[in-house]
Amino acid sequence: MAIPFPFSALVGQDEIKQALLIAAVDPSIGGVLIFGDRGTGKSTAIRGLAALLPKMQAVAGCRYSCSPDAPSDLCPDCSGGKNKTAKAVEISVPVVDLPLGATEDRVVGALDLERALTQGEKAFEPGLLAKANRGFLYIDEVNLLEDHLVDLLLDVAASGENLVEREGLSIRHPARFVLIGSGNPEEGELRPQLLDRFGLSVDVRTPGDVKTRVEVIKRRDDFERDPNAFRDNWMKEEDKTRKSLMKAKKLLKEISVVDTAYEKAAELCLALGTDGLRGELTLIRAARAHAALHGKKTVTIQDLRSVAPLALRHRLRRDPLDEAGSGTRVQRAIDDVFAP
Amino acid sequence: MTGLARDIAFRAPALPDDACRAALLFAIDPFGLGGVCLSSRAGPQRDAWLAFLRARLPNDMPERRLPNAIADDRLLGGLDLTATLSAGKPIVQRGLLADVDNGLLIIPMAERLDPGTAAKLCATLDQGEVRLERDGLTACHPTRFGTILLDERTEDEEPPPTGLCDRLAFHVTLDPTQQGDPTMFEAADQDAIVLAQEILPGVEIAPEYLDAICGTTLAYGVASARAAILTLRAARAAAALEGRNHVTQDDVALAARLVIGPRATQMPAPPEEPEAEPEESEPPEPQPEPPPQDLPEDPQDEPDAPQDLQEPLDPSALQEMMIEAARASLPANLLASLASELGRGKSGQGGRNGQTQMGDRRGRPIGTRRGIPKPGQRLNVLETLRAAAPWQPLRRHQRASEAKSGTVPRMEIRRDDFRITRYKQNAETVTIFVVDASGSAAVNRLAEAKGAVELLLADCYIRRDSVALITFSGRLTEVALPPTRSLVMAKRRLTGLPGGGGTPMAAAIDMAADLAQAIRRKGQTPTLVFMTDGKANLTREGKGDRVQAGQEAMTAARLLASAGIGTLMVDISPRPSTPARELAAAMRAKYLPLPFADPAKLSNAVKGATDNV
Repeated sequence: MAIPFPFSALVGQDEIKQALLIAAVDPSIGGVLIFGDRGTGKSTAIRGLAALLPKMQAVAGCRYSCSPDAPSDLCPDCSGGKNKTAKAVEISVPVVDLPLGATEDRVVGALDLERALTQGEKAFEPGLLAKANRGFLYIDEVNLLEDHLVDLLLDVAASGENLVEREGLSIRHPARFVLIGSGNPEEGELRPQLLDRFGLSVDVRTPGDVKTRVEVIKRRDDFERDPNAFRDNWMKEEDKTRKSLMKAKKLLKEISVVDTAYEKAAELCLALGTDGLRGELTLIRAARAHAALHGKKTVTIQDLRSVAPLALRHRLRRDPLDEAGSGTRVQRAIDDVFAP
Repeated sequence: MTGLARDIAFRAPALPDDACRAALLFAIDPFGLGGVCLSSRAGPQRDAWLAFLRARLPNDMPERRLPNAIADDRLLGGLDLTATLSAGKPIVQRGLLADVDNGLLIIPMAERLDPGTAAKLCATLDQGEVRLERDGLTACHPTRFGTILLDERTEDEEPPPTGLCDRLAFHVTLDPTQQGDPTMFEAADQDAIVLAQEILPGVEIAPEYLDAICGTTLAYGVASARAAILTLRAARAAAALEGRNHVTQDDVALAARLVIGPRATQMPAPPEEPEAEPEESEPPEPQPEPPPQDLPEDPQDEPDAPQDLQEPLDPSALQEMMIEAARASLPANLLASLASELGRGKSGQGGRNGQTQMGDRRGRPIGTRRGIPKPGQRLNVLETLRAAAPWQPLRRHQRASEAKSGTVPRMEIRRDDFRITRYKQNAETVTIFVVDASGSAAVNRLAEAKGAVELLLADCYIRRDSVALITFSGRLTEVALPPTRSLVMAKRRLTGLPGGGGTPMAAAIDMAADLAQAIRRKGQTPTLVFMTDGKANLTREGKGDRVQAGQEAMTAARLLASAGIGTLMVDISPRPSTPARELAAAMRAKYLPLPFADPAKLSNAVKGATDNV
């Protein structure tokens, strides 16, 4: 596998980086949607994240990467007593790529053809959803994916389990993952119903100033000419990011939220007219993860403010003819609500 | 150059110099530069260019053509059925993208490339490998290749998928009226390319050039960061071709001309001192381009190039020089399209492509069902095997007990096991608004008509329809917006629509019919919404003859009716008028006078127009 571009070395895409780190700290936030222009480093950021994530413990041999402390009772491998004696091993957090053209049998899992043919056994061959358990599932060009597959993915991501009913198999297995979708709005928009099922959304733009752009291509060029040296140069920075991520994960449970923050969150969602309570919930969770990433033990209005666009942008009732985009509307509401 | 290639080069219209230069740079770094998008009709000049390129690539470099209708199992790879059955276990078959590793991928008729195929190509280019998660198989085949897109579109067709073009460094347009002197490049043969490839990894670039490259891309409104990186690589390859180990002004000027110019979406803001812009921005005329040495106004030439590194470079002067260089290769229609659409955020190509991406996707497999395949249906072998597999021990046992003689087959497949692939026929609707912006309409209710279209647009958004916009006034009938899902763009076009001039009704109906037929050919359903008062007064020739114009309009309307396209005529005259009503009758359109067109009625009428047919 080729060396990925270091996550910390990405220039000018602070929003993507922030959203991905927040989702890594608190996977229950419910996925990240990244929409933006071509060539803005969407995929690069996600592949970089994979290399950055700290290792995790898993039951050796478990095809669903169950945690040794709390093997999922859904897992057919661990609950069946097959892995009773298995040891724990350290594995990389799975970041699974859903390539375009993937067929449904590989996504959800299917009958293992080889064993069926040679041994006449009815065995389940887990798919990508199983592989992504406890990790990330990345779909590039999510707007080009068949609608029924997108529905299925969002469903599984929300419920945390995958139900397979095909070819005489009836299987349930754990599939908790953070769904990350990326796409280019010029190639078609995502159905509005799907939008707000993602926890956070990022609007990527090409940096408009020469300085940032120069830095982008300079680093890219340095990286391409000597990936190893480039990675070594950024090792320290990557370690730093990794440490703050690990610390934030530990800190997350202890973080308290001041009452005013709840009030402001509700006020903000009301002002924007977002449907349901998902907006408020995500907003608070994201603010908590944001505080944790900054090593703080209380969520302040400042945290709320910085994550509000990420958490709310895609939840507005969209006016298709509004040119300003929902980002501006969120910003305006933030300025209003948080005005002293 | 081989004798044959030379023959071709001499007989064919000679190649423009820059087309040759693009081929040379591409030959030096085919995988880094991604490829070439070659706009040209099939013909001797294009063959000559391909021969020119081929003669400079290694003889053993594999070459594959990508057929337009390639299926995923051939593109990415899939289950090798014969091998699987004889081996009794799944065997992977490599796809075309894996086979072309280290080679050259040629895509003819790139303008008709399926958006899904293009997206898979992009993913493969980005990752340097084909990731396979298909047919119960998981595989990963590393692959690197250079891509040649053969863009054969005529003017009114859509460009090849922009995502793919974005990843290819050079966009070359061949035009038989533009000829250069290919003998100039005879020295740059295969050996010279190999030599340049050896130099390439060590080519240095001064930081000032990077600033100038980024500044130039910004000045021309080229948003993608890939363009800047490709410019940088092209400049390096240019230096290597000259045998230098550092990039000079000539190299970046050439790179700007080959990479940035054709991508331009806006004219750069003039530098501090006001220039005579209009005269200067004419270069896209069919003229042989000046060789690169002439381009930089600096008197610096190659002999004193080494001084480049010592002398402090002035970044702003550099950028000016690059902007000038890129000016020579601006897309021919850039100025015209800029002039007609002021204040537009994006190039028309962006929107057009958005449409292509979602448009043509008839017959995508969406799953399987049980059943015996009838003609025209496809058996899904893998799913059939999967269905049959669990029963094999049982059946074998049964057979063995029933018939004592004869061999027991490895696999026994019964009627119930057959699985058929289901395809989804795309029934996406494209609503075409044909808006009358003539003088009489402007006096009447152009503003209201615009308001009505906006209402319908909001409807289209909910139904995920695409929209297109045709406007007509005076002598100009044009597709103001090709089918797109970007409603913002539709609204922008509409707002900027001026009123005035005669009513070329017949021309407008013709164009609407053509567009509707084109949409139908793609497997989508067109719906036409005319917004006019029906008062034709311009003939097809553009003469102001009310009677003849009226007759022509009626003929055109009858022709349209015969095509059987759902049509709605919204009469925008102050009170219901005879011409519009007659026209509607001739078109077999639903007639709706605007005075009575409240939002709900309008949107129902559009829905009704589709259902009627």
